[in-house]
Amino acid sequence: MTTCDSNLAAPHPLRTASTFFYRRPSLAVYLLLVPPLLWFGTVYLGSLFALLAQSFYAIDEYTATIVRRVTLATYAQLFTQPANLDIVLRTTQMAIAVTIVAAVMAFPLANFMARHARGRVKAFFYVAVMLPMWTSYLVKVYAWRLILAKEGILSWCLSALGLDGILEAVLRTPGIGGPSLSSSYLGMFIVFVYMWLPFMVLPIAAALERVPASLLAASADLGATPSQTFWRVTLPLALPGVAAGSIFTFSLTLGDYIIPSVVGAPGYFIGMMVYQQQGTAGNIPLAAAFSVVPIVLIGIYLALARRAGAFDAL
Amino acid sequence: MTAAIEFRDVRRVFGAIVAVNRVSFAIEPGEFFSMLGPSGSGKTTCLRLIAGFELPDGGEVRLDGIDVSATPPYDRNVNTVFQDYALFPHMSVLDNVTYGLRVRRVPAAECRRQGEEMLALVKLEDTGARRPAQLSGGQKQRVALARALVNRPKVLLLDEPLGALDLKLREEMQLELRSLQRRLGITFVYVTHDQGEALSMSDRVAVFNSGRIEQLDSPQSLYNRPRTAFVARFVGGANVIDGHYAVRAEHIAVADAGAPVPAGAMRVAGTILDTQYHGAVRRWQVRTDDDQLITATRPEGDAAPAGREPGTRVALIWARASQIPLTAD
Repeated sequence: MTTCDSNLAAPHPLRTASTFFYRRPSLAVYLLLVPPLLWFGTVYLGSLFALLAQSFYAIDEYTATIVRRVTLATYAQLFTQPANLDIVLRTTQMAIAVTIVAAVMAFPLANFMARHARGRVKAFFYVAVMLPMWTSYLVKVYAWRLILAKEGILSWCLSALGLDGILEAVLRTPGIGGPSLSSSYLGMFIVFVYMWLPFMVLPIAAALERVPASLLAASADLGATPSQTFWRVTLPLALPGVAAGSIFTFSLTLGDYIIPSVVGAPGYFIGMMVYQQQGTAGNIPLAAAFSVVPIVLIGIYLALARRAGAFDAL
Repeated sequence: MTAAIEFRDVRRVFGAIVAVNRVSFAIEPGEFFSMLGPSGSGKTTCLRLIAGFELPDGGEVRLDGIDVSATPPYDRNVNTVFQDYALFPHMSVLDNVTYGLRVRRVPAAECRRQGEEMLALVKLEDTGARRPAQLSGGQKQRVALARALVNRPKVLLLDEPLGALDLKLREEMQLELRSLQRRLGITFVYVTHDQGEALSMSDRVAVFNSGRIEQLDSPQSLYNRPRTAFVARFVGGANVIDGHYAVRAEHIAVADAGAPVPAGAMRVAGTILDTQYHGAVRRWQVRTDDDQLITATRPEGDAAPAGREPGTRVALIWARASQIPLTAD
């Protein structure tokens, strides 16, 4: 009884502080917001702005130093030199292909995880999808190079099955082929899809988890066949998840420079150009201009997705 | 006349739980039929078996005399009003209402005409362009109703449709549903755990308990002649005495411990456990000397002693004529 009384008389200082914040809930929220805002505001937005600013400078061709005067010369160089334009187109095509195939592959998996799997099976699938992310990125890329190599396990398996004719026919296909899978755009595409698939599966699964089962029951009840229900209810409600996932796969492909340099055909990708221009070539304005391309492309993509109604269900 | 819906010895099992245990019944065309029971009693599973969301593990479900035990929901001429309304959040109200027509490829102009007609039927003429999220609970309820009725179903299934509404709105909707059902002549199958709702709206009520129908009867018969202890307690809130007969709480008087027993009356001595004021009535819980719990209600202001405290010895008195024998168990 006496301890109770003394607690009431002199509360603990921490408790006083808690009460202070409890009575002013918005103050606590804003105080907690300060560190992430400082981080985003200065470090992230600051460097993004610096990047943008750099792209409006140009390099002096004789002295190889940056001229700090605003000019569109670097962008002109980016969009008029066919080699640079090729790089932008090649990377964009790859990013679109990877995004579409990742979405098509991820949807059934996410649908199973979110709507059908229960208990341990569900936990297993979520862990299995995330497990590759716990492994070093470089290890996975080099492993894929070995898997896809001319003497690698994949071609060995195919020839053991007597299917090497198919592989050769695929590798002869112009555009995606090459001397071996590990030095073809098809091989690079396979590795990209493998790498980014979890980033597509998880947002779609999260979106599907939020769709009440009664909506699908209602659709069937009103006469819709399973495929009508998919196109009219399931997919529209999962579109925010597909959009989120495709932003990951699209931007990760646009920015990556390791996969194209380890696996795949010799053509340059945006990420490799950025790496090379700001490193060995020392042309930071051009590197910055190349970095702006993915940002603009993502902006266009989001605008299109919004017009297509991808965020209507939000 | 062929039954609108018929269950023949239907079973539905979920793992180790028998949700519906060899249930048989028939619903007549145009009937307002309620399935009443506590949660987990099998009533909602029976509704889902009619809709086709569940398929029976044994027995037959017949619609209009045809066995539909293996027919998917989209091939059945029944529609459902869901407990959570299940309106499509990414469609306008009108698109929700016309959904069933659109998936059957009815021309757009015809969809629009019928959709607006249905919205007018549920008194929501001007909401067609809105999203479900912009509607109140009662309005969502009406949209769900319009969306089901636009398909001109032979049977309308309603799964606790008024559960989320407040009392006043619920009472309004009860009246409205009943008059709508009379006007359209559609068979209504209504699932509820609210016995008052079931009694006031239905032509017949099936009382469910642990996967079986305890009693299927008109509301009057269920209330006045319950056949089992479960029905007596759940439907009428009656006292079951010695397991053999039921006495309604309002038929029991609370008297002084030494009060004389009138001719033709029963008298049980006990102790007041608790008493509550309910506005129009006062309610006593009494533990009898042979350890049964009995509830008595008297109109407030009745001559009965209102001020009695818990712990007071009293006598409970009721007329022998008010005892309802429980025949089924």
